[in-house]
Amino acid sequence: MTFEMFLQMFPIALMFSAPIILTALGGLFSERSGIVNIALEGIMMVGAFTGATVTVLLEGSNPAAAWYGLLAGLAAGLVFSILHAVASINLKADQVISGTALNILAGGLTVYLCQIIFHQQRTRAFSNGIQKFSVPFLSDIPVLGRMFFKEIYPTFYIAIVAVFLTWFVVYKTPLGLRMRSCGEHPQAAASMGINVYRMRYFGVLVSGALGGLGGAVMVLTADIQYTLVSIHGTGFISLASLVFGRWNPFGVMWAGLFFGFSTALSFYAKDIPLLKSLPGEFFYIIPYLFTIVALIFFAGKSVGPKAAGEIYDSGKR
Amino acid sequence: MTKRKEKIVLPLIAVFLGFILGSLIVILTGRSPLAMYAAIVKGFSGIDIMYGQPLNSRYIGEFIIQSMPIILTGLAFAFAQRTGLFSIGAEGQLMVGSLAATAVALLVRAPKVIHLPMVMLAAILAGALWGAIPGLLKAKFRVHEVVVTIMMNYIALHLNNFTILNIFGSVDRVKTAPFPETALLKSPFLESITRNSRLNWGFIPVIIALLIFSFIINKTTFGYSLRAVGYNKEAARYAGMKVDRNIISSMAIAGAFAGLAGAVITVGTFNFGRALPAAEGYGFDGIAVALVGGNEASGILLAGMLFGGLKAAQPLMQSQGIPREIAGIIQASIVLFVAMKYGIKMVLDRFEKKQAPTTEGDRV
Repeated sequence: MTFEMFLQMFPIALMFSAPIILTALGGLFSERSGIVNIALEGIMMVGAFTGATVTVLLEGSNPAAAWYGLLAGLAAGLVFSILHAVASINLKADQVISGTALNILAGGLTVYLCQIIFHQQRTRAFSNGIQKFSVPFLSDIPVLGRMFFKEIYPTFYIAIVAVFLTWFVVYKTPLGLRMRSCGEHPQAAASMGINVYRMRYFGVLVSGALGGLGGAVMVLTADIQYTLVSIHGTGFISLASLVFGRWNPFGVMWAGLFFGFSTALSFYAKDIPLLKSLPGEFFYIIPYLFTIVALIFFAGKSVGPKAAGEIYDSGKR
Repeated sequence: MTKRKEKIVLPLIAVFLGFILGSLIVILTGRSPLAMYAAIVKGFSGIDIMYGQPLNSRYIGEFIIQSMPIILTGLAFAFAQRTGLFSIGAEGQLMVGSLAATAVALLVRAPKVIHLPMVMLAAILAGALWGAIPGLLKAKFRVHEVVVTIMMNYIALHLNNFTILNIFGSVDRVKTAPFPETALLKSPFLESITRNSRLNWGFIPVIIALLIFSFIINKTTFGYSLRAVGYNKEAARYAGMKVDRNIISSMAIAGAFAGLAGAVITVGTFNFGRALPAAEGYGFDGIAVALVGGNEASGILLAGMLFGGLKAAQPLMQSQGIPREIAGIIQASIVLFVAMKYGIKMVLDRFEKKQAPTTEGDRV
């Protein structure tokens, strides 16, 4: 691989990393508050559908349509995740079942609405998604400028800001401490006067917002329209990043970058002598395989939130 | 409400609410729910209420075809669930089953009596192996099976595509060469009695699988110890049951059911191996089937037929101007309502309590 190719890969890898990181951070909020969220895939689909639809509908009249698309995706993900919150927090549904239901629902609902709005199985193609840009001055720095500041989607910076914000909220504020305590030992948290239900609602709704944003980011940077396969498992890759990143915002960022690069590499592999003989499918498998290996490696060490996935029973000791 | 009654009443309420919600969405988007129900009736029987067509066995054949694989993936989810395990992996197990079936169908030359059973067996073994891996990781390393099975679904998808495209070869990048007759479940007889539907002998392994499921779970010591692990792992361990081994066997048997589903699709519905752009959702359908069917063989059979019929009705809905995805929406809502059973129970209990004083009054 030439150095030039390595530099070329950066913008593409960062483009793929952004939605993974955003959505995985969403998963972090939910799981840290004690609610397992395998609905991330479905939430991304809803966000992507809404983002693409709003962009298509506004783009004739508004030059910033794609940005409204991002906001709409965020809002739609948040609203959609309320279903998961009500089911798993109030109605004590099994979180995996509720998440599965949301994943199936998202696939049906988004394509159903496409048929109603656009009379086809997908949204109409938008002419402009989020545009690439170069940061003034910084993009002139040799090498580093090419890697991180030239012809980059601004969504990557949004993802990085979200990483720092998440770290700050989760580890440096009373709110974050309370939320984490609900994921570790909700009964103990409740005994200290923390409203477990409210904290968990906060976690799930933030995960919906970030997942929806992630979905919108993905469709508005890497695609031209929303289809049933626009997200194709990225929500699950985000879940993998959450595990691989050990439920920690910076870990999630590195995992998201790593998986973003492995996706980008699948496009460049045919030009790299060492990787040429490997089939494209090999690169698709990497995130999933690494996650299983990571899980085995973490085995026995308590890295994830202890009470995640358990139905909250306030009477339990 | 007794436990038994609950097991029947709650899924029925969930199904009812799911259809109500589906109808509401149809109404809100300006379509007619009556046309949807007419399509569903036609999907099950061929009877056309709107244009007055009689029962048509072709539609019955097609709806059975749709039900077969999801009954099997339902059994797969339910079997693991009875041991307290959450296997989201039927999708992947089905794909490796289908891949193994493709391999044996294409590579082996033998008379039908040998070839067809070999195809089935290969699919079952492949599915079992794919299922045993998360079981092993759970037993040995305490790795949670939900995440592992999700990841293995995607590994199976890409493994399937890689093998189909690069090893078996595909002209159009979609499907392999057609299988020889000897590997197929196809039956001219069944096709002729159902007016050329795709109905095939696949329903026989499905019935056998249902019986085996019921037999293992209810009638064997092994099944009892599996259930014991599901109820309380520590108690089962204390009673001397081999918990780890049970977890692995349970996941492997669950995988075997899903693997068989792969064969039923590949050499039954189709007659070639396929590269897939994305998972087809049979595994998730199976979760819905198992949940609505209460993880019991009889319930799974009925729920499988319900959702199979819904699937068969999809093209009919589309031709009535109702987007076919409404079937998926109804199915997902039913699952969501089953998951919310605690809430439904609360409402029912409140309702019963309100009535309770009057019945007591009658007695006095």
